[in-house]
Amino acid sequence: MCLAIPAYVEQLTADNHAIVNLSGIRKEISLILVEDITPGDYVIVHVGFALQKLDPLEAERTLAMFAEISSRDQDLS
Amino acid sequence: MKYIDEFRAGVLAQQIAAKIAAEADPCRHYHFMEFCGGHTHAISRFGIVDLLPGNVRMIHGPGCPVCVLPIGRVQNAIQLAQTPDVILCSYGDMLRIPTTHGMSLLKAKAQGAEIRMVYSSADAVKIAQQNPQRQVVFFAIGFETTTPPTAIAIKQAQALGLKNFSVFCNHVLTPSAISHILQSPEVREFGLVPLDGFIGPAHVSVVIGSQPYEYFSEEFQKPVVIAGFEPLDVMQAILMLIRQINTGRAEVENEFTRAVLPAGNIKAQALVADVFELRRTFEWRGLGWVPYSALKIKSRYAGFDTEQRFTISALSIADNKACECSAILRGVKRPQDCKIFGTVCTPENPVGSCMVSSEGACAAHYRYGRFREKNDAVIKEN
Amino acid sequence: MSQKGFVKSGYTRALDLKNGCVEMAHGSGGRAMAQLIQQLFVTAFDNEFLRQMNDQACFPSFSGRMVMSTDSHVVTPLFFPGGDIGSLSVHGTINDIAMAGAKPCYLAAGFILEEGFPLADLKRIVDSMAQAARSAQVPIITGDTKVVEKGSGDGVFITTTGVGMVPEGIHISAENARPGDKILVSGTLGDHGVAVMAQRENLSFETSIESDTAALHGLVAQMIAVTPNIRVLRDPTRGGLATTLNEIAQQSSVGMMIHESSLPIQEQVQAACEFLGLDPLYIANEGKLIAICPAHDVENLLRTMRAHPLGKNAAIIGEIIEDSHCFVQMQTSFGGTRVVDWLSGEQLPRIC
Repeated sequence: MCLAIPAYVEQLTADNHAIVNLSGIRKEISLILVEDITPGDYVIVHVGFALQKLDPLEAERTLAMFAEISSRDQDLS
Repeated sequence: MKYIDEFRAGVLAQQIAAKIAAEADPCRHYHFMEFCGGHTHAISRFGIVDLLPGNVRMIHGPGCPVCVLPIGRVQNAIQLAQTPDVILCSYGDMLRIPTTHGMSLLKAKAQGAEIRMVYSSADAVKIAQQNPQRQVVFFAIGFETTTPPTAIAIKQAQALGLKNFSVFCNHVLTPSAISHILQSPEVREFGLVPLDGFIGPAHVSVVIGSQPYEYFSEEFQKPVVIAGFEPLDVMQAILMLIRQINTGRAEVENEFTRAVLPAGNIKAQALVADVFELRRTFEWRGLGWVPYSALKIKSRYAGFDTEQRFTISALSIADNKACECSAILRGVKRPQDCKIFGTVCTPENPVGSCMVSSEGACAAHYRYGRFREKNDAVIKEN
Repeated sequence: MSQKGFVKSGYTRALDLKNGCVEMAHGSGGRAMAQLIQQLFVTAFDNEFLRQMNDQACFPSFSGRMVMSTDSHVVTPLFFPGGDIGSLSVHGTINDIAMAGAKPCYLAAGFILEEGFPLADLKRIVDSMAQAARSAQVPIITGDTKVVEKGSGDGVFITTTGVGMVPEGIHISAENARPGDKILVSGTLGDHGVAVMAQRENLSFETSIESDTAALHGLVAQMIAVTPNIRVLRDPTRGGLATTLNEIAQQSSVGMMIHESSLPIQEQVQAACEFLGLDPLYIANEGKLIAICPAHDVENLLRTMRAHPLGKNAAIIGEIIEDSHCFVQMQTSFGGTRVVDWLSGEQLPRIC
């Protein structure tokens, strides 16, 4: 459930809000549920609220995990 | 779109699919329940079933808050909207749910009830500010992902001193639902529903963390892999579940590490704990009465509780007798097992909850899976 | 100093187009209505037919087959990035005629106005219609106006009807698709729907997406000149590409296989859909067409479409197949296959 998408934080605005940018679509959302967000971060957005900061290192690790499987294949064969 | 497109790469999908095919033991079947409606949607939308071997089967769980909300509560919302001077604010998902006599929020709107679709709970607060002479009711639904935004709305209304804003709270809890399924006689005693593991919800877990699932893996000896929202996440999670089954493990693993921490979002959890408390029991459509599975607003915020401000009658509206949603939501039956699937009950004329929401098992199967069934000669049972 | 009671001959006070509103009198057939028609509609649409000020327009008959089409426009909001209900109503009927391969010749326009509707907005809409008709070189030669009481309408409803001529040898119809044929679209999908949705209250997102509303008859004329064997043309308006393909599949009793990776969709449209939980396949387009042609003609047709400004993003998106169930299937970029069904009800933004 719960449609949420990772969006780029473009700028912080008044009252604990921020403008996020998803491929050119800009929306103002609330940062009240998260902490220490700076422009350049990515956040998971659900119904106008950021739920969590996305960890870019973990994202890279996950993508590597998907691909690692195939390189492991190559090692084995 | 960064962090979205990379997680949908077709080439990687083929590679993970090859691994799944290689590692799935041909002598057994694997049955995994994806609890979250968003995962059901992703599986359907990207055609993931085509990439799985025949002995790996996905069972759609009750993780669709739209599907599990009893008709009686939707009817209450309609009655509220029809009350003079009330503006009912609702997420888009709820507007087309049919209640009795073909009624729905959308139909009530057409008949003159003031109903406004909102994207965010914050929009409902704004509407209350802009309409001080009217009573604004926010129809709050959703699992743990959507609950913090409702908590914020209530606190914001309090800070603004609004006297005309209240929330009709229908928030439900994931762990209780999973428990209920695992404890149902069909699963626990009769072994009628072979459930080998769970794909844990993505965004619920962002809020509650991965820790709450440890109870299930220990108590019921079923592995849980929390998966991100994108199709590669789901495929990877299926692979991780297969690996656990093959090695006899029953642990909680987190595939969605880029957003889910073991403890989750503490700040959000604290906000929710401040505003809400557990209901002793709550009716779930298809599952019956489930103890400690839903939230109500604490008495300290009673001024923002629709159920305190208005008289909400407890309506128990039964589902159509031929409707198999109850069994389908628990994974006991499949959409194609329901007599009225695709004939009386279609997305245009949904009879049961599983057909109403685009994430319900029946709607997903109707929209995406139907043609597969017609092309298969025989559908093998395990 | 003017004499009391003196009626200045030939003088009528001009319509207050800046601050005035539509009144019941404007629809009652009297002087007020005549004034509205003359000062607003006739002035804007200005052509030899309207200048005659008859209740009807008389034009010479065509030889060959004629095409007629009508469309009512009830869009909200009335004004959106890239267009308004006025330009939409002109383009919509021109396109319906063009989808038969016909050259649109004349338009008629009927207006139902709600009492209290600002004349400034009406002028804006009418001027937009006039502009659209002039650019398309299809005059609005006759029309009608009625006024309804406040509360009975949504500001303004427009109905446009058009007539056109089908060239010799052209037989384009939705039942003509055959297995082996190729499916093309003339450009990016979902632009109009997203542009309109961004204007709806409570959705407030910022985007540079504009409606794609456009008259397609020029593009169609070039297409049929090069490929007279085009089987089907249709514009995917309400319900989007998916609904229109299903209609054609049903009428032709065929199946279809489209390829997700070949669908032209702007990044921002894709992003807006992700935000709101919508599917671009079901979102309205107002300046695009679907063409189905025999496989051996497709490269030529694609080239011709891409050479036209309204077809520069044209793409081959799939093919017609045998299928007794008439399913429209899609190969996802992920590698799986899914059915692309009819739209059921209105697509609403979702949170789940």
